[in-house]
Amino acid sequence: MSGSSNIVAMKKIVQQLRFEANINRVKVSQAAAELQQFCVQNALQDPLLTGVSSSTNPFRTQKVCSFL
Amino acid sequence: SSDTLATLKTESETLKTKLEEERAKLHDVELHQVAEKTEALGQFVMKTRRTLKGHGNKVLCLDWCKDKRRIVSSSQDGKVIVWDAFTTNKEHAVTMPCTWVMACAYAPSGCAVACGGLDNKCSVYPLSLDKNENLAAKKKSVAMHTNYLSACCFTNSDMQILTSSGDGTCALWDVESGQMLQSFHGHAADVLCLDLAPSETGNTFVSGGCDKKSCVWDMRTGQCVQSFETHESDINSVRYYPSGDAFASGSDDATCRLYDLRADREVAIYSKESIIFGASSVDFSLSGRLLFGGYNDYTINVWDVLKGTRVSILFGHENRVSTLRVSPDGTAFCSGSWDHTLRIWA
Repeated sequence: MSGSSNIVAMKKIVQQLRFEANINRVKVSQAAAELQQFCVQNALQDPLLTGVSSSTNPFRTQKVCSFL
Repeated sequence: SSDTLATLKTESETLKTKLEEERAKLHDVELHQVAEKTEALGQFVMKTRRTLKGHGNKVLCLDWCKDKRRIVSSSQDGKVIVWDAFTTNKEHAVTMPCTWVMACAYAPSGCAVACGGLDNKCSVYPLSLDKNENLAAKKKSVAMHTNYLSACCFTNSDMQILTSSGDGTCALWDVESGQMLQSFHGHAADVLCLDLAPSETGNTFVSGGCDKKSCVWDMRTGQCVQSFETHESDINSVRYYPSGDAFASGSDDATCRLYDLRADREVAIYSKESIIFGASSVDFSLSGRLLFGGYNDYTINVWDVLKGTRVSILFGHENRVSTLRVSPDGTAFCSGSWDHTLRIWA
């Protein structure tokens, strides 16, 4: 295995790490609050969460169409 | 030249330490602590409402159509089936030239499906309204990898497909010409899964692989913009939180984890001592409050995403759960299993 291809690979790794180390980040407290807020704001529109009744959930309805 | 290599290795270690320090500085609280004031969830009653039978072997993948009622599924037996989930009728069936069709996806228009697996390709089949037409005749080969296709999904139109492969790469393809538009290199082993960010969040996607790493990619430049390495084994499934600000992953290490993209770190682990088998597939309910995980111990665990607790465990499948997707309007979710069936839960 050639030494120079190892160096090329390592240079890419170092470049990538430099990029990742320098991104902007927010505090977990802020990020977590926003995740929670999204959940709360959308809770009523979440059928699996609120347990939509049989009459409005097409999968829960027991009615079957039949041709007479 | 050996000096340069050593210098680079040292710099690499220094940067990794710096990355961890930067992340740690902002780790002022845990997600479940922030969620302490959130109302607890009540008891869940979720049952199997439909069982889709017809595959002759393990179900490996499934995807919903945007019409919220059709589902495409693929199997080890080489078959790809399109179902009407309301009636359980099979609407189309295609026999692939290979076994282990590990990936399938519905086109946004609902007019085509994509699939692939051990053939190392992703092919698109336009769906015909004529039930007698042989779908294989209109098949279009789009993607070519040098190892198995593990996942595929259409971008926001029928025109482009994103793929991941056992060859360690992901790629973006033009469906019409079959041309590769962008490739994504950075995983050190097989890439097993991917998910496209919700359209409001811009052109990114997340992938997970056998190198225990998940990577977020810029689709335009091909660059990995963030990566996370906290799982202890293969990552089988990745799925964006509905706001696009986070994603969940499921792994052979028997845990699911949540990563926040703005905090750039893992913010929750969903695990229990009693859960010792790998999580194969994960998806969120519409509000992001619930995370559904399909596991190799045949069960589906339902997690409270904010509080980190399990709220329900669902039994029914008679073998590994291999794939799981919530319907586009969130009224149900579908699971596929090595027991040859798919189940709709609501």
